[in-house]
Amino acid sequence: MCDTCGCSSDGGAVLRKPGENDYHVHVSDGAHEHTHTHASDEHHAKPHLHEGQHDHAHGNHHHEGTSRKVLLEQDVLQKNNLLAERNRGYFEARNIFVLNFLSSPGSGKTTLLEKTIPLLQKRFPVAVIEGDQQTTNDADRIHALRVPVIQVNTGSGCHLDALMVNRAVKELDLQDDSLLCIENVGNLVCPALFDLGEALKVVIISVTEGDDKPLKYPNMFHEADLCILNKIDLLPYVDFDVAKCRENAMRVNHHLEWFNLSAKTGEGLASWQEWLEKRLTQH
Amino acid sequence: MHEMSIAMSIVEAVDAKARAEGAGRVSEVDLLVGKLAGIHPESLKFCFSAAAKGTLAQEALLAIEEPEGVGECGECGMRFPVTFYYAECPDCRSLRVTIVSGEEFLIQSITIEEEGE
Repeated sequence: MCDTCGCSSDGGAVLRKPGENDYHVHVSDGAHEHTHTHASDEHHAKPHLHEGQHDHAHGNHHHEGTSRKVLLEQDVLQKNNLLAERNRGYFEARNIFVLNFLSSPGSGKTTLLEKTIPLLQKRFPVAVIEGDQQTTNDADRIHALRVPVIQVNTGSGCHLDALMVNRAVKELDLQDDSLLCIENVGNLVCPALFDLGEALKVVIISVTEGDDKPLKYPNMFHEADLCILNKIDLLPYVDFDVAKCRENAMRVNHHLEWFNLSAKTGEGLASWQEWLEKRLTQH
Repeated sequence: MHEMSIAMSIVEAVDAKARAEGAGRVSEVDLLVGKLAGIHPESLKFCFSAAAKGTLAQEALLAIEEPEGVGECGECGMRFPVTFYYAECPDCRSLRVTIVSGEEFLIQSITIEEEGE
C-alpha cells in the first residue's frame, strides 16, 4: 500500500518533487490505471479496463480441448522500446539533448551533475530526472541549483524504464533546445537493458572501484556511448590503473568516448564541458 | 532483479495475445534468449511462474532456446563463436568485432488450448 495516499499500488514507481511533500504521482500503464496527483488536477486519469469485459460467449460452441501454436516473434522489451522511441521523437522535435547517466551507487553521478549544471545553465536550459529506489535526497541537491528536477522513486525496481521517463517528462517544464540529464538508479546491470529514449548513455566509474569493472559488467560498457572516470583526485591513494581500465573498457566497446575527471576538485571538467557544449550547439 | 519486470512484460504480452486468440489457457511459451542478452534464464523462469499467477499463462511451460554468441571480425570478415563482448578475432587478432548473434530476446510463439466449456 502507498504510505502517502493509502492506495494499493504495490511496488510501482512514484514521482516526487523536492519541497512539495504532498506531491506524488504513481507511474502505471493503462491496463491497471491508478494515476493520481494530489498537487494538481487529474489530467492523467484514463478509463479503467475491467477483466470482465473479455466475455466471448464460450458456452455457445462445445469443442474438444484443441491445442495450437500462435507465432508472436515479438521482442520481449518491445513495449519499453516503442515507448522509448516515442520519448526520443518528442525530444528530437523539441531539440532536447538527453543523456542517461549510469553507474554503480556512489560513483559520483549526482556530484558530477551538481558541478556540470552551473557550467552550462547560463547558455543552455538544463532539467534533471533523478532515479532512486527511495528518498528525494538527490533531487533536493539538484533543486538547490534552481533547475527543474523530478525524482522517480522506483520502489522495489532496480532501473528506470521508458514509461517512468515518459511520465516524469510530463511533470517537468522542459524547454526547447535544452539538456535533460537522467540519473538512473545506481546499478551497473539492469539499467543497461532499458532504453529510455536518450540520445546517449554515459557510464561513470570512480577510481575507488576496480579497474576490471568494464570486464565484470560488460553489458553496461557495451551499451554506453561514453565513459567518465571520476574521482581522479584520489588516484595517489588507490590501486587503480587508469590505462588498464580504459583498455578493458575498449575491449568491450571500441566506440566508447572517454573522460578522466574529478567532480570534486574540478580537474578535467573543462574538456567534459567543452564536449557537452559542442554537442548542445551541434544538436 | 530486472528478470521480474521482464517476466511481467512477457506475461502481459502473452496474456494479451492469448485473449485475442480466444484461448482458454496457454500451455507453453517459447522464448529466444541469446547467451549475450544479459538475461539469466533460471531466474527468468522463477519470476515467470510468479508473474503469471492469475493470468491465462499461469500453468504455461516456459521453454527457452539460447542461441550461442557469434561475432564477425570488422577487419577480415571471419565469423566465430564468442562468449562475451570482449572478443578477439581468432584469425587476425582484431578487436573490431561486431556481435551478429546471441543478443536475441524474443517471444517466438505460444501454444494455446482452446478448451470448450
